[in-house]
Amino acid sequence: MIATSVNGVALAVFVVLFAFVTVMGFVAARWRRGDLGVLNEWGLGGRRFGSVVTWFLLGGDVYTAYTFIAVPALVFAIGAQGFFALPYTIIVYPVVFILMPRLWAVASKHGYVTPADFVKGRYGSSTLGLTTALTGLLATMPYIALQLIGIRVVIAAMGIKGDWPLISAFVILAAYTYQSGLRAPALISIVKDTLIYVTILVAVIYIPIKLGGYGKIFDAAGNALPHKTGPTGKPGALIPGNDAAYGAYATLALGSALALFMYPHVITGVLSAKGRNVIRRNATILPAYTFLLGLIALLGYMAIAAGIKPSSPNSVVPDLFVKYFPSWFEGFAFAAIAIGALVPAAIMSIAAANLFTRNVYREYIRPQASDAEESQVAKLASLVVKGGALAFILALPTKYAIDLQLLGGVWVLQTLPAIVGGLLTRWLHRWALLAGWAAGMATGTLMAVDLDFKSSVYQLNIFGTSITAYEAIFAFVLNVVVSVALTLLFDLLRVRRGADETAASEYEERGDEPTAQPPAEQAPALARG
Amino acid sequence: MEPGRPSGGSTGIGDSERARRARAGTGSRLWYLLLLAPFVGLLWVPFYADAHPRLFGFPFFYWYQFAWVPATALLTWFVLRRVR
Repeated sequence: MIATSVNGVALAVFVVLFAFVTVMGFVAARWRRGDLGVLNEWGLGGRRFGSVVTWFLLGGDVYTAYTFIAVPALVFAIGAQGFFALPYTIIVYPVVFILMPRLWAVASKHGYVTPADFVKGRYGSSTLGLTTALTGLLATMPYIALQLIGIRVVIAAMGIKGDWPLISAFVILAAYTYQSGLRAPALISIVKDTLIYVTILVAVIYIPIKLGGYGKIFDAAGNALPHKTGPTGKPGALIPGNDAAYGAYATLALGSALALFMYPHVITGVLSAKGRNVIRRNATILPAYTFLLGLIALLGYMAIAAGIKPSSPNSVVPDLFVKYFPSWFEGFAFAAIAIGALVPAAIMSIAAANLFTRNVYREYIRPQASDAEESQVAKLASLVVKGGALAFILALPTKYAIDLQLLGGVWVLQTLPAIVGGLLTRWLHRWALLAGWAAGMATGTLMAVDLDFKSSVYQLNIFGTSITAYEAIFAFVLNVVVSVALTLLFDLLRVRRGADETAASEYEERGDEPTAQPPAEQAPALARG
Repeated sequence: MEPGRPSGGSTGIGDSERARRARAGTGSRLWYLLLLAPFVGLLWVPFYADAHPRLFGFPFFYWYQFAWVPATALLTWFVLRRVR
């Protein structure tokens, strides 16, 4: 149902909004001014973001444009199973609440910019740091490519042909990220999230009114789904109905939740906060986006009820908007999605650049690099990363990016034992973690290849029973078992452990908002009790 | 975050503060156990994989999960208050 001609009104609104955030991206360099010739400033915004900015930044980072396109498309295609995004983004926040303040504290104490910095410092192993960095890079790159798909889908829905709009959007993005660093997506995320909230609230109120209410929408979906077949050939369902479906649903939610905050770009968002209470407070207010995501997922059912026949699997949402929204609001909604792709793409490329600079360049190529050189290399790396993602999307079928991103989730979860293990205890042995990581990476990749990337749910027949679960979870369990068993063995054999440069008390540092409460800081004795 | 309250500085809390917190039941790490609730409530799928009862047209499977969003946020906020 894609419009065959260019929609002028929609395009005009789109271009105006896009131009507005472009200006913001460049102006952001002067926002909370710092020395952008230092990686801490360019790559983490100087670790000065308060609760509100962090909320917008992490919201823009986690709930990406691709999510808004892909989740409803999955719900449209297979029903309930695609809804796992909701429990996933609920249970992630208790995990964030407990773990991320510890990471923030130790990172700010030691000047860590990436998760790999922490792993290297904690275990005294630059090899383990390197594997963490490379895994993060591998997982992040296809994710950047997917954001481009989000932009391409909405540009196509406005009736524009060719790759030049996508290329120009990305060149602009690359330019202001180069100049402003993390400040650019932080500032733009405020606009992006506002546009997204308005779009979705209008969509989930207006479209159901047109369709006769949510009851009718769910009825229509319930009738249609059993006749649909997903990528694996199984029929869709409105409610999961058997043990295999329960297992898949729960492990997809759990595995994705555990993996999310291992992604370098999400950790970048966390480390740019100015205190650990900023992160803890955000764990209580970020679920607002989860509620929104749940409503977005339901757009898939609205598309079923509206009889949408998408021209491609990812065009369910754009086609629905084209059908129901007036032109000007269509442009508004598409700008929301496109800008929603720019924010995470910028943060991801910054995170990838930080990883390359800190854990590859400075570690292995030029250990004597100055701070200014480090920052310059990171800026250039961010350009290379974005160029690579763009070339990938233009040259190869979309399917490869999607498959790799699926694998990325499996891979990045394999860095959890080293990162989270390190946050909670120093018990695990560095070489045991390395072996566990290798076992997990190999298992997860083989399972995905075995499934031909059609699904991420694997059925394992073991000890006479059949277990159905997200492949990342199988790989993760093996990873943990190997890490624990080999730690016991290596300690028995007295294999030397690395030197831990962190101290237990450093994980509890508050370091909180010195500027937020100046009077209390000056006279702590007066207000106590 | 209460605006009038001192952050306690960066070096931790004093003995009298510790005693006051012990009496009020704050600061205990046991409060973190509350955060297990959403895991149990959401990962035990057969418990809520049902169409009925419906609420505002939403099958139980859907509104039950939506209900956990504010519930988890409130629980986390409560724990934040207790462990500070």
